[in-house]
Amino acid sequence: MFDILGIASRNLLRYRRRSMLTLLLIVIGMVAVLLFIAVAGSFRSMMVGQITDSVLGHLQVHRKGYVASIDNLPLNLNMKPPMVAKVEQALQANPAVETWSPRVKFGGMFSNFAETTSIRVNGIDPAREAATTPLLPGRMIEGEKAGALVGRGQIVIPLLLARGMKTKVGDTVVVVATNRDGSVNGRTFVVRGILESVTGPGGRDGYVHIDDARELLRMNEAEVSEIAVRLKDFATLERTTGQIRTALQGVSNKEGKPVLETHTWADLSPFANLAKMIDLMTLFIKVVLVSIVLVSVMNVMIMAVFERIREIGTIAAIGTPPSRILWLFLAEGLMLGIVGTIAGTLLSLVAIFGIKLWSPTFNFGQQQNLVMAPTIAGGDVLTIAALVVVVAIVASLQPAWKASRMDPISALRHV
Amino acid sequence: MSLVQASSLTKTYRVGDIDVPAIKGIDFAIEASSFVAFVGPSGSGKSTLLNMVGCLDHPSSGTLRVLATDIATLDRRAAARFRGEHIGFVFQDFNLIPVLTVFENVEYPLRMVQEWPAAKRREQVLRMLDAVGMADQADKRPDQISGGQKQRVAVARALVSQPKLVLADEPTANLDHDTAYRILELMKKMRDDFGTTFIFSTHDPKIMGEAETTFTLEDGRLMTNSNGGSHV
Repeated sequence: MFDILGIASRNLLRYRRRSMLTLLLIVIGMVAVLLFIAVAGSFRSMMVGQITDSVLGHLQVHRKGYVASIDNLPLNLNMKPPMVAKVEQALQANPAVETWSPRVKFGGMFSNFAETTSIRVNGIDPAREAATTPLLPGRMIEGEKAGALVGRGQIVIPLLLARGMKTKVGDTVVVVATNRDGSVNGRTFVVRGILESVTGPGGRDGYVHIDDARELLRMNEAEVSEIAVRLKDFATLERTTGQIRTALQGVSNKEGKPVLETHTWADLSPFANLAKMIDLMTLFIKVVLVSIVLVSVMNVMIMAVFERIREIGTIAAIGTPPSRILWLFLAEGLMLGIVGTIAGTLLSLVAIFGIKLWSPTFNFGQQQNLVMAPTIAGGDVLTIAALVVVVAIVASLQPAWKASRMDPISALRHV
Repeated sequence: MSLVQASSLTKTYRVGDIDVPAIKGIDFAIEASSFVAFVGPSGSGKSTLLNMVGCLDHPSSGTLRVLATDIATLDRRAAARFRGEHIGFVFQDFNLIPVLTVFENVEYPLRMVQEWPAAKRREQVLRMLDAVGMADQADKRPDQISGGQKQRVAVARALVSQPKLVLADEPTANLDHDTAYRILELMKKMRDDFGTTFIFSTHDPKIMGEAETTFTLEDGRLMTNSNGGSHV
């Protein structure tokens, strides 16, 4: 094999400029793909992290039908305490679940005594919410970050609302809400903090203590609109969601139909479509890479066979087995692939490291100055490298096969 | 048994709708360690005959036995193996591999065809380079040596695996007269030293006389045979 690789490398060096151009194409293709995967993948992970860790949690449990009408925040589809107990029992039993946070969600009117506007409010248990969405306290751009996220009689409001209503930390405001029976109730709150807005559902919600929410809505029992769940390992999301769904199948109504539903963050956030689009673009750019490698290596190998027909005739005549002739040419493609892969990978890693050092910022939706910090998994690098090498071999296959099947007499006569 | 034996040997090529006979039913036998020339004008069938003896082509009819093997029975792979084990080739245009040095060109059949161990291979290559007087040029590339030297290297390559038979199609056609003689002398010496049978083709009347046995081909037929070969 080393003999074959040695001869192959010399043959590649024989047409140095052509081999270098082919290598350059492979390197450019690899750098483009790996950089795209690193940048787009990091952006995707960052956004998913933002959405799950500061708003949604990894998955949520609702009463059946709640998500379908979530824009209305229907109070009549809240979970009753026995349901909540069953959900908590199922979550407790699942070792993949780290923690969860019950929420009471409602829509209301927010007034600063001079102006009034609408607001979506989450009633939360501050400690459990902070554990389930650990980036939430970090979104507090005004107000004390330390301590409980929100106490009794306090409200945390989104930045856009604070600006629009000219409301500051420490101001007293009124929140008016309609309860399930249609009666209106109001309550004063002191603004505890102002939250930076984030992309996605709930990114512009206000937060009050869950007991205040229940009081405002005049709930007789500890109802819950949703339970946000955080897993120990995000990678187990699909599996754990399936397990929780199965565990909650048994919670049914009088007709025996399940009354609870479980959704992952992707089911709840429109960003999931953008994430899918990024995955699709990554696939397309991989297809482009495959095309570049395939066409460039095939082109160089077809030329190599065409220019060396007499040489092929000579080595065939002196008894070189057809399989060895095949390998001689496959080895050239293999070496192009391997050298291109190594150079492309090194250059990509340097570029990724350089971007990381540079740390450029960008804006996305309401979020300003997001820092681009591209990272790439070893698995992705290995996959792309293997893809390039395999495609280089595949591209060499037809010319190599042709060389191995060449009639020595015709080849020796070739001018 | 003769080293090469042909009986009613024919070869016909199909060109479009027309059958073109290249060899028209010839019989001959070549003994081991002989120095044989097939002579005749261009188009007389010399190369076709050498191609068949070299297992590069199959006869259309008749039988051709090389080293007691009916070459018609060899498929593509078996023919390649047979050539690699028993036959050496010297070409008109030398056909050295340009990316390999003189040493590596001679080494090629032992390395890529027969897979000799490295130490034994080196010893044999140096012996052959010494025999053809090219040991001091071992590290040069083919484009750094003269035509005569290239053909010496080609002879060494043909002989390095110790074949029973070496076929040389117009080996002197691209050489000047003196060099051509020297190459033929070298081939004779190799025959004497190693007992290898040499069969070469030529249409150059000046070097025909160098052969010990000469078969004259004309229009695909064997016309005359001189100096001890058997022409049935």
